[in-house]
Amino acid sequence: MNFEAYDLGLIDFGAARKKQLEVFVEVKNRRISSALIFCRHYPVITLGRRTDIRNILASEKELIDKKISVLRVERGGDATYHGPGQLTVYPIFNLNFLKKDIHWFLRQLESALIKSLSGLGISAVCLPGLTGVWVNKEKIASIGIAVRNWVTFHGFSLNVEESDTRNFRLIRPCGMDIKMTSIEAALGKKIEFDALRSSLKKEVALCMT
Amino acid sequence: MHDVVLPELGEGISKATVSFWYFKNGDAVKEGEDLVELATDKATFNLPCPKAGILSKINFNEGDSVKVGDILAVIDNSNN
Repeated sequence: MNFEAYDLGLIDFGAARKKQLEVFVEVKNRRISSALIFCRHYPVITLGRRTDIRNILASEKELIDKKISVLRVERGGDATYHGPGQLTVYPIFNLNFLKKDIHWFLRQLESALIKSLSGLGISAVCLPGLTGVWVNKEKIASIGIAVRNWVTFHGFSLNVEESDTRNFRLIRPCGMDIKMTSIEAALGKKIEFDALRSSLKKEVALCMT
Repeated sequence: MHDVVLPELGEGISKATVSFWYFKNGDAVKEGEDLVELATDKATFNLPCPKAGILSKINFNEGDSVKVGDILAVIDNSNN
């Protein structure tokens, strides 16, 4: 399917959220059919609706020293971390025109991620009951969405650079005791964000039909 | 009186948790306005008011688990 694609580059979480909501209104009002917003965030911890505050393990001082703010957001899920070494993607889709099924949408996002990773030579999987994408039982991509009148926003983050995964120790990611991994760790080398964006654009288009 | 029922949300989703109500008992509501936010494991979603009227009864509190088919609230639309 066709959609608008935006690349916001390295951007503050709040500014990206504002753009997300602008695009959300465009999709909701059917001025554009759907959109994918790509970006990378300055370090930030976000808390979904399910977050137990005890899942922030870092002290306030540690967060201040690291200049990492903590924001409550309207997506589902628990605590997560965003940083510049991740590719964060906000798919704004009108499920009224696809399938009015929230879990179907989550599974399609996982499928697009797994196919993109496969294209890089990484064997990634879904684990039953654990939304997200995993490599050898370590999480490489996290998903949390919001849906209003069957239009989606928020989305997923894919860990690209290994250095950024260290900041996940500041929280219990998704409220679980899990290890995070990255494309760099899985491949043993860095990759270009541009190639990843192109691959995800293609795979999301194929999955959302 | 009009029941506000939790609709089908997709395959494999039988329940959700009430995040919060946008209105309280006795408030006037318009059709299509956000009435309640609900959450599943990885998604939040809204339920819009199916009818205009007065929100006469809220059956579930914030944090409660609700099932598909449950009557979440009742809207008194007798004056419309």
